[in-house]
Amino acid sequence: MSQAVVAKLKGAFAASVLDVKEHRGEVTVTVKKEDIVPICQFLKDEAGYNFLCDLCGVDYLGQQPRFMVVYNLYNIATKERLRVKVPVAEDDACVDTVSTVWATANWHERECWDLMGISFNNHPDLRRILMPADWEGHPLRKDYPLQGPDREPYQGRLS
Amino acid sequence: MGVEKAEMLGSEADNVRVLGNNVITTSLDLLVNWSRSRSLWPMTFGLACCAIEMMATGAARFDLDRLGVLFRASPRQADVIIIAGTVTHKMLPVIKTVYEQMPEPKYVIAMGACASSGGVFDTYSVLQGIDQALPVDVYIPGCPPRPEGLLYGLLKLREKIMRERNTFGAAIGAGEVVPG
Repeated sequence: MSQAVVAKLKGAFAASVLDVKEHRGEVTVTVKKEDIVPICQFLKDEAGYNFLCDLCGVDYLGQQPRFMVVYNLYNIATKERLRVKVPVAEDDACVDTVSTVWATANWHERECWDLMGISFNNHPDLRRILMPADWEGHPLRKDYPLQGPDREPYQGRLS
Repeated sequence: MGVEKAEMLGSEADNVRVLGNNVITTSLDLLVNWSRSRSLWPMTFGLACCAIEMMATGAARFDLDRLGVLFRASPRQADVIIIAGTVTHKMLPVIKTVYEQMPEPKYVIAMGACASSGGVFDTYSVLQGIDQALPVDVYIPGCPPRPEGLLYGLLKLREKIMRERNTFGAAIGAGEVVPG
């Protein structure tokens, strides 16, 4: 069923779909970040994905592009799932907000910005959500020191 | 009242003289310390799994009430704050505010490994021991400590309060406190 949705998506946004993968019945579509808002609107209106389960960032440190933003979609009526991924480069770490499509994306995108440092254009309220308001840095990035920037990294037991 | 012995003050009988049947002489320190240490009212404040053990200690099986330890829901009525759990940097301002709202004299118990040293959470987001922010009186080891451990910590705090000198005098401007 999800493959039919992918075929429909390819028909509507042929130039934007970069990659389609299916693994154990889960379909993952990688798309260009410039078209993420119209694609999400299309998936919600035409394909019935009315629930955004999760929106998260992934840091592939050492790869180009460095980040991925992952949208996990769910169709409540047909109980189908679809995963949409968007590659994001480190020097231009911003994606258009999809909080206009699913209101729940508001807080998910705040979390993604707080911990990963990926900002979201046109977001209504892009503040930190988990870390203290005056925190500097984005601690879920792979190059962030685990014990904080102001401490010597753990070198193992001395004894 | 007919008080013949100094049983009210337990083992500190040396400091007590009985005059007749109605008069007890004692030192002000002893009276003040006795009354403070026998009604330690902790702030109801749990942060993590240690709070579950703290609740178990307060419940029927271990029953903190029999020691005069009654949990209070307002810092303005509390004498001691039990830091029961992991202290994150985001939670620290809240704990500081609660601590500052408590009236003097006030005591701090660091319950468990996280409150004492950060525990297993050696990360950017966790304070590595509440003693970096508040003056801790008693540290209780364990992850989490059993109710017996918390009881022992409270009894240790009692002993510490009984060793204090001149707290009342310092409160009315005569000299300094000699801590326990």
